[in-house]
Amino acid sequence: MRSIILAGLCSAVLLSGSAYAQSGAPIKIANVAELSGGGATVGTNWKNGIDLAVEEINAKGGILGRKIEVSHADSQSNPGVARAQVQKALDGEPYVLLGPGYSGSVKVTAPLAAEAGITQIMGGEAAELTQSGNKFLFRTSFGQQSSMPKVAKYINDELKAKSVAVVWVNNDFGRGGRDVITKEFNRLGIKVAADLSTEAGQADFAADVSKIKAAAPDAVFIYVNEEESARILKEIKRQGVTAPLIGETTLVGQKVIELAGDAANGARGHVGLTTDAPVEAIKAFRDRFVKKYNYVPDHNGLKGYLAIYMVKATTEKMGKVDSKAFADTLHGLTIKTSTEPNILMDVTFDQNGDIDRQGFLVEVVEGKQVVKQVLPKLN
Amino acid sequence: MSNLLDLIVAGLATGAIYALVAVGFTLLWQTSQTINFAQGEFVMLPAFLMLAVMHLGAPFWLAVLVGVLLSTLLLGLAFKMLLVDPMLRHGVLPLAIATMALAIGIKEAVKQFFSAEASPFPSIVPVGDVSILGRAISLQSLGVLAVAILAVVGLTTLLNRTSLGHQMQAAAQNPTVARIIGVPVERMILLTFLINAVLVALASLLITPIYLAKFSSGEVLGQAAFIAAIVGGFNQVRGAIAGGLLIGVVDNLAAAYVSTQYRAAVPMVLLILVILFRPQGLLGRAEERTV
Repeated sequence: MRSIILAGLCSAVLLSGSAYAQSGAPIKIANVAELSGGGATVGTNWKNGIDLAVEEINAKGGILGRKIEVSHADSQSNPGVARAQVQKALDGEPYVLLGPGYSGSVKVTAPLAAEAGITQIMGGEAAELTQSGNKFLFRTSFGQQSSMPKVAKYINDELKAKSVAVVWVNNDFGRGGRDVITKEFNRLGIKVAADLSTEAGQADFAADVSKIKAAAPDAVFIYVNEEESARILKEIKRQGVTAPLIGETTLVGQKVIELAGDAANGARGHVGLTTDAPVEAIKAFRDRFVKKYNYVPDHNGLKGYLAIYMVKATTEKMGKVDSKAFADTLHGLTIKTSTEPNILMDVTFDQNGDIDRQGFLVEVVEGKQVVKQVLPKLN
Repeated sequence: MSNLLDLIVAGLATGAIYALVAVGFTLLWQTSQTINFAQGEFVMLPAFLMLAVMHLGAPFWLAVLVGVLLSTLLLGLAFKMLLVDPMLRHGVLPLAIATMALAIGIKEAVKQFFSAEASPFPSIVPVGDVSILGRAISLQSLGVLAVAILAVVGLTTLLNRTSLGHQMQAAAQNPTVARIIGVPVERMILLTFLINAVLVALASLLITPIYLAKFSSGEVLGQAAFIAAIVGGFNQVRGAIAGGLLIGVVDNLAAAYVSTQYRAAVPMVLLILVILFRPQGLLGRAEERTV
């Protein structure tokens, strides 16, 4: 009789344990990002944004009553390492994969996540990433196909530039941006006065800026990563180039302003996300981030933060933690701030995983991003 | 043509920094047959030491002084006593490999204790232009060039015009005879390491405002300076100086007139040509060892 009671008790304990594993076990999310190497600024901001969001959600009881557990792996800003790290992360069967931030790394890792049927929420902006029919890949910011036409339009309509020097970084991100914007320039009848390819991690931009000076363009479009943006801005100031400097988020981000100092003043760019946006929820996010990390994040901090709230909103929409149904639910989903305040701005995901959200045109004035125009959400 | 002048001035400024680092290569080789593959990281580290002192609230000038002092102790004294002396007994190759390990160690330590991200660094030369022959030339380029030239002139004066310099040369050329005539050879060798540490700290002070303070920034510098030392002549200080300036200018001209992608290849081609046709370097002397 005692053995029957004992067996019954053991079964009860085991059953309750398995029930706990299904309902109360942490939701495992894997992040692979550029925590060192050329993209360290990108990856560190992204990771800190993620950690802040996770901390907030867990403090309020998690998602559907389950805490989030995030693992961070360093891609070293190297696509080869990123691929290995993503494979390792997928072997751990995460609910969702986050990152990487570099388009080149996203390009080589996206097929792995798609094959495993795991949704990948990434920071890459190269146009081609979401155009290959991958049903598991989602952006956290605008792709180049959305942002570059706006930049070209600004150069044409506001600056009335007839010739532009294009400086781009020779990787998937830079090449993608350069291809889209030069196509737009051709359409608008703007001449490309100089087409300058630079290298990731390049330290010396004296020769490139000399070429810009020699080409004497009406404006300079700069599309390189943050650290290189800072170096070229300093060199541009050093050599006294006075043409307007236009770019994207990577030209006018917080890290660039910090690194380039005075040389960043006057730089203008289209940004999908900025902590200087005239949006109360973003200002509150910025304050929380600064309180935790003691520095002002760039757009990558926002992207990482939003990635986690995308997971939360989608999961709550499904009403269950189901990695297989996640991507289908997120396609076509509109997440409103009225239902999820920490998504910061209303956002809609299309069938390719691209986003529609309001954007901003900013200028760096006395070391601060100043929003000059708010570009509304399209749909 | 005016573009060419800008490129040459900017190239000379970068080349002058390469020269400072390359001189360190030749000094260490001359006195103790040390090839220091951590030389690039030696340039990267002082900037972080200075930043660390500034984070403690010290003004820039004090941070520079403390940074140079700490660099001299760490990259001169400690480097010689804790790594070079024990390893050199086992030959040049184990020492060279040990310096490679040291390079990795310094990089990872900086990444760990500071950050993998780049940090801004104040410039000792103000930003602006001066007009020379009707052309606006960057004050920063000229300032870097001037400081580097002063350092090199100071060093060559020390080596050629002072008793201390003569003793250093004697210790480098023939340590046995130098000992017999009373030259404190060990002290002279230590002095060379200390001079190298001061040179790399100076190079760090000049280059970091342009390249930014980053754990990986020594890789490019170390490689460029090593090529400069070989091209100019590993056994001559004047060779290292000429090599540094030449590599700086060639690199800039290659970026402008060849392509940015192949800019790093052009100094390599120059290196191969020198090794093939003038192995002692452009200004080096075959099988001769003088400081």
